[in-house]
Amino acid sequence: MIDIIINVTLMAFLAITAIAIVRLTNLFAIVMLYGIFSLLSAGLFVVMDAPDVAFTEAAVGAGISTVLMLATLALVKRPQKPFYAEAPRAHRAWLPLIVVVITGSALVYGTWDIPGFGSPDAPAQTHVARYYIDNAMQDTGVPNVVTAVLASYRGFDTLGEVVVVYTAAIAVLLLIGGKRLKTRKTRKHEGESDEA
Amino acid sequence: MRPNLILHVVAKFVIPLIMLFALYVQFHGDFGPGGGFQAGVIFSAAIILYALVFGLDAAEKIIPADWLSKLAALGVVLYAGVGLVSLFLGGNYLDYSPLGSNQVAGQHLGILLVELGVGITVASVMLILYFAFAGRGRE
Repeated sequence: MIDIIINVTLMAFLAITAIAIVRLTNLFAIVMLYGIFSLLSAGLFVVMDAPDVAFTEAAVGAGISTVLMLATLALVKRPQKPFYAEAPRAHRAWLPLIVVVITGSALVYGTWDIPGFGSPDAPAQTHVARYYIDNAMQDTGVPNVVTAVLASYRGFDTLGEVVVVYTAAIAVLLLIGGKRLKTRKTRKHEGESDEA
Repeated sequence: MRPNLILHVVAKFVIPLIMLFALYVQFHGDFGPGGGFQAGVIFSAAIILYALVFGLDAAEKIIPADWLSKLAALGVVLYAGVGLVSLFLGGNYLDYSPLGSNQVAGQHLGILLVELGVGITVASVMLILYFAFAGRGRE
């Protein structure tokens, strides 16, 4: 009973936050609302007994990505969304509404076939999950099955994930980091001294 | 930037706690929720908070940027290296059982090292991302 109340409250807050994000035009407020949205999702994950995922969502979604988006905002120095009052309207206002309603009803129709939450007959539970739950403790001696699956049974996947994270850092450094900034800086200084 | 006394005092009080919590999440991930990914992000959050409050230059004095790229690579190498060691000890790649005297001890050591590698990489990658973005705006 208490779960249902918490779920409904969190979902309502999620919906309110999402609508507020769509309606607002101040980018700073939108970034903060993104953080709140992530924090609410983290709360939902906790209610669903997935503290590991909630941890990640709260730390990455509400923490780091908010800081990164704020840093980006500070870079572009434009707190407002571009305002397209002059742009020609290529579509009527009801067209997106119809698209959204059809997509939404298709998604709701899709949920009818989804097995109940935490149902033992669900396909996700009947494949390898059962083996992990039964054998993780004696195979690895690690009480947290999530860690056992992540680091041991699915060690290859996690190695791939770490390499992906590392690749992301390399990509960011190639795009906006490191040496190129310095050369641009020195060129700018040279330009200034030339003018002087 | 005008120094903000309350912000400085609170940050100095909170940052060690965040780092301690990150280490707890890292090394207690076997028993409770958490692990390398979460611990790395929390640890980098502590340093990002320091950079936000005390400025980017002060934060780069703690961890120089050229260390960060080496640390990010070190984490991946540690992870892949654990796999190679278990390969040379007669097991499959990333099968940690040969690392210890028995299967459970080996698995435990392997998971600990692998999670440490994940934590080092994630923490330094997050800091690289933040320093790259925040350093761009600096004239």
